[in-house]
Amino acid sequence: MLGPVIETLIGGLLTGVLYALVALGFVLIFKASGVFNFAQGAMVLFAALSLARLSEFMPLLLALALSIAIMIALAYAIELLVLRHLINQEGIILFMATLGIAYFLEGFGQTLWGSDIYKIDLGLPTNPIFLFETVFPGGILVDPAELIAAIICAVLVLVLALFFQFTRMGRALRAVADDHQAAQSVGIPLGQIWLMVWAVAGLVALVAGMMWGTKLGVQFSLSLVALKALPVLILGGFTSIPGAIVGGLIIGAGEKLAEVLLAPVLIRTFDLAGGGIENWFAYVLALLFLLVRPQGLFGERIIERV
Amino acid sequence: MRAPTGQDIAADELLLSVDDVSLSFGGVKAVTGVSFDIRKGEIRAIIGPNGAGKTSMLNVINGFYHPQRGKITFKGKTRSRMRPYEAARGGIARTFQNVALFKGMTALDNIMAGRALKMRRGFFCQMLWLGPALAEEVEHRRRVEEIIDFLKIQHIRKTPVGKLPYGLQKRVELGRALAMEPDLLLLDEPMAGMNLEEKEDMSRYILDLNNHFGTTIALIEHDMGVVMDLSDRVLVLDHGIKIADGAPAEVQADARVIDAYLGVSH
Repeated sequence: MLGPVIETLIGGLLTGVLYALVALGFVLIFKASGVFNFAQGAMVLFAALSLARLSEFMPLLLALALSIAIMIALAYAIELLVLRHLINQEGIILFMATLGIAYFLEGFGQTLWGSDIYKIDLGLPTNPIFLFETVFPGGILVDPAELIAAIICAVLVLVLALFFQFTRMGRALRAVADDHQAAQSVGIPLGQIWLMVWAVAGLVALVAGMMWGTKLGVQFSLSLVALKALPVLILGGFTSIPGAIVGGLIIGAGEKLAEVLLAPVLIRTFDLAGGGIENWFAYVLALLFLLVRPQGLFGERIIERV
Repeated sequence: MRAPTGQDIAADELLLSVDDVSLSFGGVKAVTGVSFDIRKGEIRAIIGPNGAGKTSMLNVINGFYHPQRGKITFKGKTRSRMRPYEAARGGIARTFQNVALFKGMTALDNIMAGRALKMRRGFFCQMLWLGPALAEEVEHRRRVEEIIDFLKIQHIRKTPVGKLPYGLQKRVELGRALAMEPDLLLLDEPMAGMNLEEKEDMSRYILDLNNHFGTTIALIEHDMGVVMDLSDRVLVLDHGIKIADGAPAEVQADARVIDAYLGVSH
């Protein structure tokens, strides 16, 4: 019994890393504008579509480089055409703008690249690896592609965490998120900060899109993966990079374990049809967290004098 | 009135001159054809009834608003459009009418944010906390502690500013502006909402800044007693038009100013 559980746990953790990757994109933009970027999922889709279609015509590395350029250009366009004109507006206005960007990107991406299901072939090994064969009968099955995705993600997270925690960038981002005018008045260039953050969020979306695309195929539903990032963010805290990681791992492992451990109990006790726990478990967990610790595991508490 | 100080010797040297500036939002004229100047080392007050265009004038000076007409010359350089962070880089710092602090941060972090422009080390150094970056952070921290001492806010330096009473928030905001070591300090109603004691404290800080550090200050204030005591020269705006400009006593006696404040039947 223990073998399959550990196997599920590892599989869940690896999926969790991918959730964390999507959540990370949200955290970056939230840190720099105090706004939930609804377009993050669309950016994942757009990035994955670009990479998938470009790699049909050229070697993967070249396609990747071009996709990076596209995501940076996209960040530039968003700053120039949208954000620049919304300085000093309420958070809700910025949020509405990201909503618009989301729908535009979803549509435009498909206009540009087509709306079929495309494949990204990273040439990763597909044969499953078996670990601890001597300890557990049959060993523990691990998907090498997921393992590699996890490693790439871990490196990315480490670099980003270092960059934002240990540079003056962190202070500048918080300043921008807190008050646009005040940040400008001390000489923080708002436009450049936004451009940088959106570009980095675009690159994170590209990596997330690449990994999810390899796993599920590049298709419209990829932009819905982003919704799974919501409970991850509620768990980890909207402003915390480590929080996004831990939240992602908890959700990833939790929902897989719930499917394996909780489902049989529910089926037996209540005579249910079973299944589908994976779909709602994350959200229920997030709801419970909201009741107990609304700022998330690592989020900042908002203190306001009334 | 203030006793003459060393700064007054260089009084004829202009730091900023505003020349025929007009600003409107759609059909609403916020400022119409206003010209005035600020001399190096003086305390310059801008007064006027509500909606007179005082804050708009400050926003024009520090680049938040771009006037449709007119020129602004700062430190001998004339410019038409300038972004706020360029103004900050040029040496213009400001505070806001409704305290604009970074609410989630501590008082110390808020003031450190004012050093954003003074930090020169590259990101990679910063990232790894390599020698020069660390030394730089320490140096900035030292300067910030000096400001904290000056404003007597040692006891709240680790407190998130959102928790502080209004008067102290205003003081932290002043600290953040000072951290920029500005050539021109713009204060938008630094004493609004303060009690008498807090007003006296703030007045003393403003005078000290001007006397000891020679900081040039332009301030908007509604408390006439404060304005008359502190300032060297007073500019009076009403409905976006300049109605008087001169020494406090002159301005106080000006019939147009009295009319603007008390209202007059035509």
